[in-house]
Amino acid sequence: MRTYHQLTDPDRSGLPQQIGAQRGRVAQRLAGVGRVVAVMSGKGGVGKSYVTANLARALARGGRQVGVLDADLNGPTIPRLLGIDHSPLPTPENGIEPATGADGVKCISMDLLLGDGQPLAFKGPEAESFVWRGAMEASALREFLGDVAWGKLDILLLDLPPGMQRYIELCDILGNAPAVLTVTIPTPESRDAVRRAMRAAVGRGSELLGIVENMVGADFAGTAAHELSTEFGIPVLARVPFHPALSMWDGIRIPQSAS
Amino acid sequence: MKFLCVDCDQQMAFGERQLPGDGTLAATFKCPKCGRVVAMLTNPMETQLVSSLGVEIGGRTVPEQPLQTVRTMVSTGRDDAFEEGSREQGAGSSTRWSAEAQERLTRVPNFVRGMVKKIYADYARERGIPEITPAVMDTARTELGLEAM
Repeated sequence: MRTYHQLTDPDRSGLPQQIGAQRGRVAQRLAGVGRVVAVMSGKGGVGKSYVTANLARALARGGRQVGVLDADLNGPTIPRLLGIDHSPLPTPENGIEPATGADGVKCISMDLLLGDGQPLAFKGPEAESFVWRGAMEASALREFLGDVAWGKLDILLLDLPPGMQRYIELCDILGNAPAVLTVTIPTPESRDAVRRAMRAAVGRGSELLGIVENMVGADFAGTAAHELSTEFGIPVLARVPFHPALSMWDGIRIPQSAS
Repeated sequence: MKFLCVDCDQQMAFGERQLPGDGTLAATFKCPKCGRVVAMLTNPMETQLVSSLGVEIGGRTVPEQPLQTVRTMVSTGRDDAFEEGSREQGAGSSTRWSAEAQERLTRVPNFVRGMVKKIYADYARERGIPEITPAVMDTARTELGLEAM
């Protein structure tokens, strides 16, 4: 009996071609984006979304075209932080129009698509759903990157959830490792978790742009940002107190990529 | 995936794909020599795994639509998440829909309705069909393999 590779008729499904077309859509869409920066941390609750939203607004106030992709599909908060309501997203021929929030920041988020208070749930068999749920979420991330009509952007910030899973998916979808902005709080616990994430990012080839230390104050003792900065040789871009002044965000400068 | 007719030593040709709506997928293959037909029946898990990759067994019959996986696979989407057209263009469309077709369209969940409507409209426009009726929708569903929509 002949084997698969001995059959000469093409595979009608063309799955490799379909996957290739998906990647092509992402590349084409992001061709109009100057920089893609992933905001990440190995630790939950350090304020990644808060930093992302405020940094995006500051960049926009500085005259840049800014977009935020809320990659936290299960706990999306960016629309609320940008003051975006749940108006329907227009669907022109060339994709989905992103929502526009405070200071003109464009945004796509699962929060804009889910029913009020609804968790992200997918159709399909409930048993063993963990097997395919990860792939389904990766597809949603790919579609956010490839199907949203961002237009010309100077910078697209990706607000990643805690952990490394979404970052790894992002690397696969983009075909390269994005530049990373790291968020931590001062505590040793955060330092240790963030260190692991930063090492993983370096291992994947990401350029570490800098560290934002959030929630700086008497309640959270520690020097996480300083230690991580020394270890990885990257700058501490800001140390953000619990109630920062607007000017603090405007003063943050994201370094140019070495590349 | 390919199928071989062992008796004829011939690759079987893809016949049709069906999505019965119970989370499974069926695809038929026919031997070009002896005419034998076999059906591949996937279980819901296998079907879901394919769907989660955003690809279609048997190839795409219509171009992938924006946010297609999200719109077709998320079960907790908000009804008014999307609106047709762009902010500048509005929701205008040159395609004519019969009252019966419009009524049938209202049965499609809002979350995915705009996408489904566009697929039918593109189908009609490409074939010079002036009005979309339930019969046109039935034909399109069969031709394009839209059983799941």
